Amino acid sequence: MTAAGFASQLLQLAIAVALAPLLVGWVNQCRAWLQNKSAPSLFLPYRTIRKLFAKDAVVAEGASGIFRTMPYIVFGAMCCAAAIVPSLATDLPFARAADAIALVGLFALARIFMALAAMDIGTAFGSLGARREMFVGFLAEPALLMVLFTASLISGSTSLTTIVDTLAHRELAIYPSLAFAGVAFTMVSLAENARIPVDNPATHLELTMIHEAMILEYSARHLALIEWAAALKLFNYSCIGLALFFPIGIAAAGDGWQATLGAAPLLVLKLAIGGALLALIETLSAKMRIFRAPEFLGTAFLLAVLGLLVNQLLGS
Amino acid sequence: MMPTPLQLVIAAIAAWLAIGALGLLRPRDLRFVSRFLFPAGAAVAVALAIVGGYAVGKLPQSTVLPLGLPDLPFHLRIDSLSAFFLLLLGATAAAISLFSSGYFRSSDGTPPGLVAMQYHAFLAAMALVLIADDAYVFMVAWEAMALASYFLVTTEHRIPEIRRAGFLYLVIAHIGAIAILLCFAVLQGGSGDYTFGSMRSMILPGAWSSIAFFLALTGFGAKAGILPLHIWLPEAHPAAPSPVSALMSGAMLKMAIYGLLRVTFELLNGQLWWWGVVALTLGLVTALFGAVFAAVQSDMKRLLAYSSIENIGIIVAGIGLVILFKSYGKSLLAGITLTAVLYHVLNHAFYKSLLFLATGSVLHATKERSLGRLGGLIHRMPWVAWLALVGTLAISGIPPLNGFVSEWLLLQAFLFTPSLPQTFVNMLVPIAAAALVLTAALTAYVMVKFYGVVFLGRPREPNLAYAKDAGRYERSALCYLATGCVLLGVLPANVTAFIDPINLMLIGASAAPRLAGNWLFLAPIDADRSSYSALIVLVVIVGVVLLTMTIVRRLYHGRVRIAPAWDCGFPLQTPRMQDTAEGFGQPIRQVFEPFFRIMQRQLPTPFDSAPRYSVRIDDHLWYWIYAPIVRGAEWIARTAGRVQQGRISVYLTYSFCTLLALLFFVR
Repeated sequence: MTAAGFASQLLQLAIAVALAPLLVGWVNQCRAWLQNKSAPSLFLPYRTIRKLFAKDAVVAEGASGIFRTMPYIVFGAMCCAAAIVPSLATDLPFARAADAIALVGLFALARIFMALAAMDIGTAFGSLGARREMFVGFLAEPALLMVLFTASLISGSTSLTTIVDTLAHRELAIYPSLAFAGVAFTMVSLAENARIPVDNPATHLELTMIHEAMILEYSARHLALIEWAAALKLFNYSCIGLALFFPIGIAAAGDGWQATLGAAPLLVLKLAIGGALLALIETLSAKMRIFRAPEFLGTAFLLAVLGLLVNQLLGS
Repeated sequence: MMPTPLQLVIAAIAAWLAIGALGLLRPRDLRFVSRFLFPAGAAVAVALAIVGGYAVGKLPQSTVLPLGLPDLPFHLRIDSLSAFFLLLLGATAAAISLFSSGYFRSSDGTPPGLVAMQYHAFLAAMALVLIADDAYVFMVAWEAMALASYFLVTTEHRIPEIRRAGFLYLVIAHIGAIAILLCFAVLQGGSGDYTFGSMRSMILPGAWSSIAFFLALTGFGAKAGILPLHIWLPEAHPAAPSPVSALMSGAMLKMAIYGLLRVTFELLNGQLWWWGVVALTLGLVTALFGAVFAAVQSDMKRLLAYSSIENIGIIVAGIGLVILFKSYGKSLLAGITLTAVLYHVLNHAFYKSLLFLATGSVLHATKERSLGRLGGLIHRMPWVAWLALVGTLAISGIPPLNGFVSEWLLLQAFLFTPSLPQTFVNMLVPIAAAALVLTAALTAYVMVKFYGVVFLGRPREPNLAYAKDAGRYERSALCYLATGCVLLGVLPANVTAFIDPINLMLIGASAAPRLAGNWLFLAPIDADRSSYSALIVLVVIVGVVLLTMTIVRRLYHGRVRIAPAWDCGFPLQTPRMQDTAEGFGQPIRQVFEPFFRIMQRQLPTPFDSAPRYSVRIDDHLWYWIYAPIVRGAEWIARTAGRVQQGRISVYLTYSFCTLLALLFFVR
């Protein structure tokens, strides 16, 4: 563990935690523009979080410890995930402790706690949200893992930093398996981040909501942390996508701190483009019925498995 | 002179039998049984675990006891494999015996003293299975194990369903036993020598060794619950008292895994690659089947029984992968996979016992097994609820708990497979890996359903408000198992190093030096390839969570207002509006519709004042495989029954005809 590695680790975590709400604000702004609405401020998510922190927390009667600790655990899990995913540099000491499979495990930890906390109060909406979230998760999680496996078979490692190092420094060639994986990953990210074809982040309509149904009982600092964690999750998924499919510019182990700092503006640029694309997808597609979701996610899962098969067949 | 481990194990078996015999002295004295016999059994179990742990990696020892039939003495032997399983047996039995001290109450079923006798005979039989060194002892112990557990399953024998479940269990157990017997008959290879020592040196021709392997897979599969012989598990587990379910799921299923490992890797010389493919496929199908069916159960013990089927499936799939690697000479990879398999065996013993015992506490406190009538128990039974949460997270494969480590190792093993020289097998891998991760994700669904419906939410029935938390003994047993789950999770490198002598014994190669970077990291093959450190993950998560809490409290405030839950403008909310188990499993039921055979669906009418929806789901296999066999057997019995006329003259005629025939043939 070098001091430089430790510094880049902390820098990357700090940037993720700080920039995540900005990414959400940017996506919302783009979507508003695309839909001919007047756009909210780019910094609205920050203001929301600050406002929520200042308020008194309301906790429902009959809430257990799970309800109260969930926001902290989910936030903690997302921070850990942000520390693993190489967004600026691949010299990450913590990434040695947790690889791609552990990353998926961390997401599962957050998901399970969210679902349990949603069931804790015992309202109809809470358990509805929990059920739908687990339902989406049980197909999305394997699909994500298969995508990561495709990348790890190419690079011969499940460590995200090694994967990025290999993918960033390979000679320019077309990897058909990565194309499959890319499509699958896009679909999974939409579902996992409660985005439009599967869920709608902008509504509280009971027939459609998943994520919002689970956190209906939360308020004030708890809600602020959950919102922040959701933003971090979007940030993490974006960074996984960028790391797997556009790993250019991420600083390698020996590159020194200039390279790490230089990667930051590039990351912001990539995220801006990615966020705009996300807004575009959300604008162009319609929310589907909840029972169409397994078809959507099943397709993603099969595409990911196909990617793995293609990798085995063609060796690339 | 120090006693050898083998002598100590024999002493432990004798001690268990003696404790059981004491139970017969005062069969109706509940106090004597629960305050003296079960704690004594737990002490013996702890001793056995220590001896087992000590004997892993030591030289094998064997002895011959002049017991049993003339000319058929007991051959006993302890080696690393049996020592590992003895450790597992002792470690789980210690917790379960401790729990039993607080669990058994007087009922109109079997009297407590008799239960204690059967229970300790069951434990002794399992230990004897593990140290058996000839087919004769093995079969005697195996049958004693089946019989003792049969009587334990039917403790509440006045209930007809329980008698039926017990009967089904006995039938399948005997189908398995016949297959195992035949397997040994093949293994001795015409020498007439049934000691394992001679089987080891026997070299069987290819076809015969395949037959032996598949007989073993069938026989031990029947005990472990591999498809399609799983049918007894979801019936027997709900029928049995919870400690017995825990013991059967945590320890007895593992005896079958032990037998499979012993026959496949030790008694058979050389494995063929396609056995691995068969075991892998069978295991994964079983695992998926178990997970899908667990998701639609509404009885908490049936749900856990299906989850056991799933875990056994994962273990058998892992064994298949070990066979594949070994048959292609990749000893190192085979060693890593075997480590993952044994790790999973150990993990499953801990978390499944924990969950089964937790359901026992819930059952005692509420007299209710159906998920639809529970809920909100975290307020009434905080100890059980929080400890069960550890088991829930562990079985869902959440880092940094133990379930994750074995899944991680197994997935790593799958990712190594491209190095195999055969294209067909290589094509199988993505599909197998996909099935495995799908199973893991489904497990999370199942466990959220289990935990959320039982412990969270509001109580669905008024009588749940009087539920009491578990007593001292039950609590300490649950604590011990939960601690085990955490320790096995955060110290993986130590566990893999501990398992390594078995790799050396079964595969002929050591994997541990290549598995662990140091005590902190698990890094198969190469640290650049993949590495995992549970302790660091745990410390970082806990650190971040505590830091966030402190910052939020310091910078802002900790004010909290307790208010009624938001009713969405509809003030007439009742606890019955929460999801039931059926409701929570409904999406899975819809997605996997073709797999299920829906038995009864009760839809409430619009005029019901207290509507209840229930659905019972059976699997097709019973109707496709077992029902025709049952019908056939009944037909044969009916046809043969015509011979019995009930008149003495007819029977005399039969005797006369038989005599005539004998005279004719024997003459």
